[in-house]
Amino acid sequence: MQFTASKQPENCLLGPESDSQRTLYPYVTGTSVVALKYKDGILMAADMGGSYGSTLRYKSVERMKPIGKHSLLGASGEISDFQEILKYLDELILYDNMWDDGNSLGPKEVHNYLTRVMYNRRNKFNPLWNSLVLGGVKKGEKYLGTVSMIGVNFEDNHVATGFGNHLARPILRQEWHENLSFEDGVKLLEKCMRVLLYRDRSAINKLQIAKITEEGMTISQPYSLKTYWEFSAFENPTQGAVGSW
Amino acid sequence: MPKEQANWSPYDNNGGSCVAVAGADYCVIAADTRMSTGYNILTRDYSKICKLADKCVMASSGFQADVKALQKHLAARHLIYQHQHNKQMSCPAMAQLLSNTLYYKRFFPYYSFNVLGGLDNEGKGCVFTYDAVGSYEKVGYSSQGSGSTLIMPFLDNQLKSPSPLLLPAQDAVTPLAEAEAIDLVKTVFASASERDIYTGDKLEIVVINADGIRREYMDLRKD
Repeated sequence: MQFTASKQPENCLLGPESDSQRTLYPYVTGTSVVALKYKDGILMAADMGGSYGSTLRYKSVERMKPIGKHSLLGASGEISDFQEILKYLDELILYDNMWDDGNSLGPKEVHNYLTRVMYNRRNKFNPLWNSLVLGGVKKGEKYLGTVSMIGVNFEDNHVATGFGNHLARPILRQEWHENLSFEDGVKLLEKCMRVLLYRDRSAINKLQIAKITEEGMTISQPYSLKTYWEFSAFENPTQGAVGSW
Repeated sequence: MPKEQANWSPYDNNGGSCVAVAGADYCVIAADTRMSTGYNILTRDYSKICKLADKCVMASSGFQADVKALQKHLAARHLIYQHQHNKQMSCPAMAQLLSNTLYYKRFFPYYSFNVLGGLDNEGKGCVFTYDAVGSYEKVGYSSQGSGSTLIMPFLDNQLKSPSPLLLPAQDAVTPLAEAEAIDLVKTVFASASERDIYTGDKLEIVVINADGIRREYMDLRKD
């Protein structure tokens, strides 16, 4: 099925106004987010790169943010759309707080809200160009889910977006288990992030790891992973690839 | 800057297969629990089966976001029905509602392929099979989704439904006993998951009979 942006407004399904404001492709993008459940809560990792096409334009983009008291949101895709989503969520949390009834939105509710926002925007042919990961803990209940830009959503014990789906999830499927300690969880996430760093050209070696438990959440200071580039195949990459020139 | 995506599409196919078999006093509805996109498996444990009423269950494959929207819409419509009529909707009524709901979005369809199964007003098993825009048919058994091309001919061969051209009209329900039908469903999914990469991980089977609704699971290939 193909939907092209029609140049003639009279033939356009949506009218000229909405037509000109649709996101047809992203500008500044973030790459993979990887997250998993562990013994006491959720761990999430994302690097801090913001790519402008293939140019590494920004290097200190925080792609994981706390939402309310119990949730943590990670985003890949268009950075400006992510910031717009954060605005929606701020308003959502604020208006919920104004009831002053002691209730608060948990990760499940926030994830469901995001699901509806993403799907609603795709129905208007004006998507928010993101893959979102939502993790949290409320009343001892761990929650980890994801939404794509067209509204596809699910929960799992571990999730990843973009390249992470190809490179991180196979590792997670092999090594993840219910009783991961905090240290082992971080080790597993770093293993995934290292593979992504080596193999995903838009990944950078400056990342944050976020933790959320019943007690609260912390997002780490940016740090780098140890890498090893001295493999012989890296020393002379053109050796064995004989060209005519 | 070069365009990175060739063209944005509001649709995706998340795969999966659904089967329903109706008997004289039961109905079996089954679907696998794999959710995929392209060559990626997104999750191995996503239920495609949705209970719409006490005696009516829908299994759907296709585009997950549309399926979820469709399920929520039908749940809301069923709630209104209960408030207005003080009873559960019958399976044939739900079948018509599902058709109308799909056709309402004829020019921006729900990309979902459904089978609806349950018991009719006489307590007899019934199955309704759909396309994405709402044309539907009452049958004795059916299959939809990515593995339907492998499953449907096998069911045809095993169950030999009477021709709809016969006069007087023959009953479409299968002659199998409940346990035999469950075994058949397990076999078709085990077979489909051998060749269809979008079918696998786990099989969820829902059985509806006079006693109520029962759920069973069986492991399928995970590769």
